[in-house]
Amino acid sequence: MERDTHFILGVYDDEDVLLHAVEKVRGSGVKIHEVYSPYPVHGLEHVLGYKRSKLPIAAFLFGMLGTSLALTMQFYMMKFDWPMIIGGKDYAAFPDFIPVSFEMTVLLAAFGMVGVFLITSNLKPWAQPRIFDLRSTDDKHILAIDLANNSSLELEKIKEILTDSGATEVNKKSFD
Amino acid sequence: MAHHGEHHYNLDQRFDFTASIKKSILTVLVIGAIILGIGIVLAMTGGHHEEGAAAGEHAFHWYERLYASLWVNNVFFTGIAIIGVFFFAIQFAAQAGWSAPILRVMLSLGNWLPIAGVLMIATFFVANHDLFHWTHAYLFDQNDPHYDKIIDGKGAFFYWPMEKGTFPLFYIARMVLFFGFWVFFFNKFKQISAQEDQLGGSSHWYKMRSWSAYFLVFFAVSSSVSAWDWVMSIDTHWFSTLFGWYVFASWFVSGLSAITLIVLFLKGKGYLEMVNENHVHDLGKFVFGFSIFWTYLWFSQFLLIYYANIPEETVYFIERLSSDVYSPFIFVNLGLNFFLPFFVLMTRDSKRHGVFLKLVCTILLVGHWIDFTLMVQPGTLGHNGGLGLLEVGMFLVYGSLVAYVVLGALAKKNLIAKNHPMLEESYNHHI
Repeated sequence: MERDTHFILGVYDDEDVLLHAVEKVRGSGVKIHEVYSPYPVHGLEHVLGYKRSKLPIAAFLFGMLGTSLALTMQFYMMKFDWPMIIGGKDYAAFPDFIPVSFEMTVLLAAFGMVGVFLITSNLKPWAQPRIFDLRSTDDKHILAIDLANNSSLELEKIKEILTDSGATEVNKKSFD
Repeated sequence: MAHHGEHHYNLDQRFDFTASIKKSILTVLVIGAIILGIGIVLAMTGGHHEEGAAAGEHAFHWYERLYASLWVNNVFFTGIAIIGVFFFAIQFAAQAGWSAPILRVMLSLGNWLPIAGVLMIATFFVANHDLFHWTHAYLFDQNDPHYDKIIDGKGAFFYWPMEKGTFPLFYIARMVLFFGFWVFFFNKFKQISAQEDQLGGSSHWYKMRSWSAYFLVFFAVSSSVSAWDWVMSIDTHWFSTLFGWYVFASWFVSGLSAITLIVLFLKGKGYLEMVNENHVHDLGKFVFGFSIFWTYLWFSQFLLIYYANIPEETVYFIERLSSDVYSPFIFVNLGLNFFLPFFVLMTRDSKRHGVFLKLVCTILLVGHWIDFTLMVQPGTLGHNGGLGLLEVGMFLVYGSLVAYVVLGALAKKNLIAKNHPMLEESYNHHI
């Protein structure tokens, strides 16, 4: 995938200003690449127009996989592989299987969810994250606009929109 | 929502208990009464008597079924009423802000408590031997052939300081004490809430939080002990250490369902317009979560008994699972109270939209009522139990009476605690 290299950044001090800025910027037809903030800003994903994550579906499916694997495993072991009478119960005593099935459900749902999240968020260990502005890990909110996605707009116009929306700085950032 | 706009809600709104709502509740009451009447006639003419006598048990009388049904509904609806007060107190102890507009709905359930207390004590004295095996004096007489060493050992729990087998003073005292304190705390909450409406300020909130803490300590003990007294003592020989929580969990889910249903009902009538899908979502999460909590307790109780396989413990489940009458209901119970809410309320959307919640909460109320029926009937009616017209009719009669009392009380006061310091927070509640 060809990565775009030229960005324009709005730097914001305050999360409330940022939230309104995102609305204004989107309202004037500028497409936002991403917003980087030092902490989760409540309502940000809403104003950015992000769709709800599909992660719960992955969690459910992995959970079901865990349940089925656990039940299959226990049933196979207890009924066929090494039948044992425990506490005078049947070989395949279903109530006994529930705690293990529960644990496996939780385990696989959690692992599956983390795995899917890492993959979809491109968080592989060798990934090179692009740092737009180091201060987004400290006290500034960074609103990044991809110039390639906004070719219909003048550069100066975008800068003006950002300044009007309350950005304390407007910077250009290019990656090699 | 990110925008903290100005909110102009009508905080003096009052629920109008209209004639048409009254009429529909009374219609259910009449239908319930008719079904109950038919059920009683059927029970009187039913042919179970000979069976019991042939098996050498005491002869079965039709009115035992009536008493058992009364007791199930007493315990069930007492639970819903006290959970209203309990959940109200929890909001203050947890310093919760989201729930501020629906606090009065929770508290209104407590209006059933005084009536429930009277009904409970009256039913106990009327039904006595027919519900509680331990009320027989001969169990404690060492010279009697029916002398029961185990029950004799537990006798003090019912009869202290009286002689065993006479008047169950300790038992009755606990019943009076629990209802007395529950009603006392309920009135205290109502009173402080009414003062807050008049005077405003945050001091009432702090006062309420202290009283909530006292109540919660008392409720922690009394909810468990009342479960032993009113439900577990029916199977006098048997005991389970987590029974108190199990009953509490069943009560809690029923109470939460009742609160959710009333909130959705009021919203449907155009009240509580500040309660949006975020608040409904929270209620839905409570119902969802505590359904799982109930299942956890149900299963914990079952698995340990099943696995340890000690005869004096397994008898409880053998009585239920090996019975043609009750074994189907064990699975109905788990289906309605676990699988249904678990799968239906799992998604976010189903918790945010009233349709699913209304459906699930209604089913949960029936489901947990069946749960209580399963706790009470086998120990009182043996194989003569079951869910017939009598039980259904009694449920409808009790349910409509509770609805009438609760909605009637709700209509008397403002629907919203208008000076609650966290109202603004709850308007902006967003999840």
